[in-house]
Amino acid sequence: MTANFRSMPVIALLTIVSLPLVIMYVFTLVDTFTNTEPGSLVPNEFTTEHWRFLWSPDVGRGSVWVATVNTFIFASTTALIVTSISVTAAYALSRLDFPARRFFLSGIIILHAFPTITLIIAIFLILQWLGLFDTLIGVIIVKTALELPFGIWIMKGFYDTVPWEIEMAGVQDGASRFMVWHKLVLPQVQPGLAALLIFSFLSGWSEFLLPLVLAPGSDSQVLSTYLAYFLLDDSLEVDFNLFKSVGLFYAVPVILIYLVFQKKLMNIYGGGSKG
Amino acid sequence: MQLKLKNFTKTFDSTTVIDGMDLTVNDGEMMALLGPSGCGKSTTLFTICGIHRMNGGTLHFGDREVSNLPSQQRNVGVVFQNYALYPHMDIRDNIAFPLRVQKLDSTTIARKVKEIAELVHIPELLDRRPAQLSGGQQQRVALARALVRKPDVLLLDEPLANLDAKLRLEMRSEIRRIQLETGITAILVTHDQVEAMSMCDRIALMKDGKIVQLSEPSEMYNNPSNVFVAGFLGNPPISFVKAQVQGDDFGFGNNRVAVAPGLKFRVGGALQLGIRPEHFGPQFGRDVQGKISFVENQGREDLYNVTLENGVVIRSIQPAGTRLKLGETVSWGVSSENVLTFDLQGARL
Repeated sequence: MTANFRSMPVIALLTIVSLPLVIMYVFTLVDTFTNTEPGSLVPNEFTTEHWRFLWSPDVGRGSVWVATVNTFIFASTTALIVTSISVTAAYALSRLDFPARRFFLSGIIILHAFPTITLIIAIFLILQWLGLFDTLIGVIIVKTALELPFGIWIMKGFYDTVPWEIEMAGVQDGASRFMVWHKLVLPQVQPGLAALLIFSFLSGWSEFLLPLVLAPGSDSQVLSTYLAYFLLDDSLEVDFNLFKSVGLFYAVPVILIYLVFQKKLMNIYGGGSKG
Repeated sequence: MQLKLKNFTKTFDSTTVIDGMDLTVNDGEMMALLGPSGCGKSTTLFTICGIHRMNGGTLHFGDREVSNLPSQQRNVGVVFQNYALYPHMDIRDNIAFPLRVQKLDSTTIARKVKEIAELVHIPELLDRRPAQLSGGQQQRVALARALVRKPDVLLLDEPLANLDAKLRLEMRSEIRRIQLETGITAILVTHDQVEAMSMCDRIALMKDGKIVQLSEPSEMYNNPSNVFVAGFLGNPPISFVKAQVQGDDFGFGNNRVAVAPGLKFRVGGALQLGIRPEHFGPQFGRDVQGKISFVENQGREDLYNVTLENGVVIRSIQPAGTRLKLGETVSWGVSSENVLTFDLQGARL
């Protein structure tokens, strides 16, 4: 009681500071289902017309369902590739003594810090040349490549916490190096693996710049570009409530994933293998 | 199985850690590799199990040469200092892992796991996880896992270092019991002379990558080959005194100690005396005068430092009782037949 009482001023301050955010979120939700008279704050009618993009394909640019499926394919493929490459590459960087190991390590950090936007023209030209421009595969490859340094670095951190004696004990017990990795080490870094999978999925889900530049067509568009169309296209009159509905539709999976997996995601910041 | 290391050389980058070492461990023997940190004892152990490669020399288990075999084909059981149990498996699976690698059928595995669990006294722990066990229990599991596939050699790397004092005492005799019951050839790496002396048949005392002396524990204690060995074994440690042979006596400062009859023809001139604390005290006469400069009560015994007139300190250990005070002047004697003599370079005379 007293502890709670003493923290009251802090809680009050935090409430005031975060109030604008809360109000915005509430109105985002409310506005998607209502209409409001101009100049008023209180909505005066309930409506589902702002959600019409779900069933009438001519509202936005192309079908929202195609964009949703595209987003899902884009995010999950990226996540799977990033995770599976990271899990092996990070092991090598953490445990194996191979030529130019230091070069690779520092290379990864530099790549991780590199701003994507500076690469965009070069990537555009390469994709054009490969014939992968305006395809989902092209964006997936680029996103995977840019996400990999982060994934490898995170996984390396997890591998580094596994005591090397466990591996040596496995080798002494007669297991091959691969079996040691698969049966003894991988289970220790499993929390990191799950966190990385979710994290890179979310990162793919929210990616905007790469699809915007590299996959501008309506067939390969993802939800972020579908959403941006309502703001960017000059020929349309901006419908804020429609924009909010699409935005909410786009954000719901992310919120769900955060709610379900928040414990696993915390691992990526904790970085330990407590099992 | 006999283990034979011949002319073993190990270098890291350009520094030679071990240079031309020979070591033979007899079948069923427990050998201690004892020495201060950095002496190369762990390097030797990890070379025997195949984690490090040899830069020169050969290694035989019995008649089989294993110098260039990978760890997996050497059939060596290793107990690591932190036990290295697999945290995601229960104890049963931990012990069974080496057998699963060999692809034995499940009834054989179950039988062997049960046998070895009974040998190390942990049959009731098989369904637990490593994190649920105490240090001593984890140690037993590590032993069981190392022994379950009947290795040719058992290697123990500082197995007691992570245990508290009471458990250490218990596991000392347990490890020895298990080694004797299985009759396995074992090597124990330790920096603790008490462990080495109490657990092992023979001790190889190492320094700077070389074996300084290899003998049975009591022989090494009573008959050290040089100053280093004499100083390393024994707790509280031996005291060294520079002395001069004067007629039938050793003279140091104003003090004279009789030369034992057996030593008379071997010594002369300047030398060093090694006096163990149990060989200096009132029960050996009154030849040496000094002041008590340090008192430590160890319960059953009292440890005294006696500073002589010329500043030399001799330690003495005596049964608790006559509590002497700091600064008191005493006249004690030295048991002359137990005095160890070394030349000024440190070699035994």
